[in-house]
Amino acid sequence: MSSLRYRTIKDKIFFYCVCGLSSLTVIPLFAIIWELIRKGYKQINWSFFTETAPSTLDAMLARGTGDIIPGGIANGILGTLLMVAIASVIAIPVGIMVGIHLSEHPKTKFSNATRFITDLIQGSPSIVIGIIAYAWVVKPLGGYSAFAGSVSLAIMMIPLIVRSTEETLKMLPGSLKEAGLALGSSYTNVILRVLLPSAFGGLFTGILLAVSRVMGETAPLMLTALGSTAINWNVMEPTSAVPLLIWEFYNDPNLIDMIWSSSLFLLILVLSLNLIAKHIAKKWKIQ
Amino acid sequence: MRDKIFKKLLVGCCILVLLVCAGMIYSLVSGSLSAFNQYGFFHFIGSSEWDPHPDRETYGALSFIVGTLLTSFLALIFCIPFSLPVALFTGSYFRGKKIATFISSIIDLLAGIPSIVYGLWGFYTFRPIIIDLGLNSQGFGILTSSIILAIMIIPYASSLSGEFISMVPNELKEAAYSLGGTRLDVIRTVTLPNAGSGIFASYILALGRALGETMAVTMLIGNTNNLPRSLVDTGNTMASIIANQFGEADGLKLSSLIAIGLLLFGITAVINLIAKFIMKKFN
Repeated sequence: MSSLRYRTIKDKIFFYCVCGLSSLTVIPLFAIIWELIRKGYKQINWSFFTETAPSTLDAMLARGTGDIIPGGIANGILGTLLMVAIASVIAIPVGIMVGIHLSEHPKTKFSNATRFITDLIQGSPSIVIGIIAYAWVVKPLGGYSAFAGSVSLAIMMIPLIVRSTEETLKMLPGSLKEAGLALGSSYTNVILRVLLPSAFGGLFTGILLAVSRVMGETAPLMLTALGSTAINWNVMEPTSAVPLLIWEFYNDPNLIDMIWSSSLFLLILVLSLNLIAKHIAKKWKIQ
Repeated sequence: MRDKIFKKLLVGCCILVLLVCAGMIYSLVSGSLSAFNQYGFFHFIGSSEWDPHPDRETYGALSFIVGTLLTSFLALIFCIPFSLPVALFTGSYFRGKKIATFISSIIDLLAGIPSIVYGLWGFYTFRPIIIDLGLNSQGFGILTSSIILAIMIIPYASSLSGEFISMVPNELKEAAYSLGGTRLDVIRTVTLPNAGSGIFASYILALGRALGETMAVTMLIGNTNNLPRSLVDTGNTMASIIANQFGEADGLKLSSLIAIGLLLFGITAVINLIAKFIMKKFN
C-alpha cells in the first residue's frame, strides 16, 4: 500500500484535473457566442428583419465598395415561424394525448409498445426523418413545400412532447385526480380541467424545449422545404427558413458575411427559448 | 359517453404514433428495394464504389458506413476526457452546489446550439487550427469532424452519467471514507464501479447522437466518396452523403440514398436499444 501522503497528493491532483477539464468544457459555448457576436453584429439592423435575402450580384457590389451587404433574412424568419407553428399544431395535441395515455396506463403492453416506438422515433437521425417527409409529402404532392417541412418537424417534436407530458403527469399526486373524481366530475373533465392545468408548467417547458430543438434543424428541411428567395405565405410552396438560409449563404462566396448575423439571430432565438423553458421548469417544479 | 370518446381518442393518438413508425419503416424499405434488388443487400453494404456516371452506375455504401462509424467512435473517445470530469464535478464533487448547477446548465446549452452553427464554427475557427498544425492541407476530414462531433455530444454524455454518479448511495461512499479512503479512492473503487453500467449506457446514447449528426459533419468532412485511408483523410458519412446528394438524385441513386437512410436508421435504432436495455437491466 502506498503511503497516506502519496495518496493525498494523488487525490488533490485528480481533483484539480477534474476541475480544470470541467472548466475547459465550458469554453466552446462562449467561444461560439463570442465569434458570432464579433462577426455578426454589424449586419444586424432594421432591414435585416424586414427585407429578403439579397441576390449574389447585389452582395458582390456591396462587398466591392466595402459596405455591409444590403437586405436581410425576413423570408427565413417568416418561413421558420410558419413551419414551426404548423408543426406545433400537429405535434402538441398528439404528443399530449399520447403522454396522458402513457401516464394513465403506465404498465400495459400497449403502453410499453408505444413508449418503445416513441424512443425509436426520438433516436432516429433528423436526415432520415427528412427522407420520410419527402416520401410522404413531397413525392405525392409533386413538389417541395413548407407543409412537408412542418411534417418532418412535427415527427421530431412528438416524442419530445410525449416524454415531457408523461414525466410531468407522473409527478402529480394521485390525490389530485381522486379528489376530482370524488366530487363527481367525469374522467374527461378531471384530466382536462384538473390534471392538465396543474401540469401546465411542465407541459409548457416540454413544448418550448421541443420548439427550440426543431427550430435549428437544417437537414430535414433541405429535403422538404428546399428554400426560396422570396417571402412566401403559401404553405404548399417551397419556403425558406433561417437555418436553410445559413446553408445557402455558406455555399455562396459573395454572401458569406451574412452567415454570421443569421447564425447569431438563430442562436439567440434557440438559446433564449431554452433558457425560458428551464426557468419555467424551475418555477413550476412540483414538490 | 364523452369519457368513452375521450379514451378512444387517447388510444387513437397512440395508434397514430405506432402507425407513423410503421410508415417510416415501410417507406424506407420500399424506397430502397430497387437498390437492394439491383446490387444485392450484402454487395451494397460491402462495396465502396460510388459512381453516378449514367452508363456505369454503381452504388455501394461501405465508404459511408466506415466514415460514419469512424467519426462517431473517434468523437466518443475524444469526448470522454471532458464529459467524465464534468459528470464527476456535477455528480460527485460538487453535488447539489450552485457551481454544479451553473456548469451543468451551461453544458446543457451546448446541446441547444444548432448543428449548422457548430459546422460554421468548426469551418472558420477550428479548421484553420488543423491547417496550422499541418495535419491536413485543407483542414477537412475525419479528424476535424470528429472533434466537433465530440464537443456536440459532451452534454448528452455528461448530463446523464452525472445523474447516475449522483445516484450512488451515500452509505457505500461513507463506508469507504470511514475505511480511510481519499476522495479519489472512493471514486475509483465505489462510485465508478457502482454507476458503471449507467455511465456506459449514457455514452452509448451519446454515440447514437453522433451517428445521426448531419450538418456539422457535412461541412467539415470534405465530402469525398472514397474509403477513408487515415484519420486525417477526407470522406463522407451516411448522413452527409444523403444531405449532399439527395436533392439532385433520382432513379437508382435516389433508391441507394434511401437505402443508406434505412441502414442509418437501423444502426441508430440498435445502438439506442442497447443503451435502453443496459439502463433497464442495471437500474
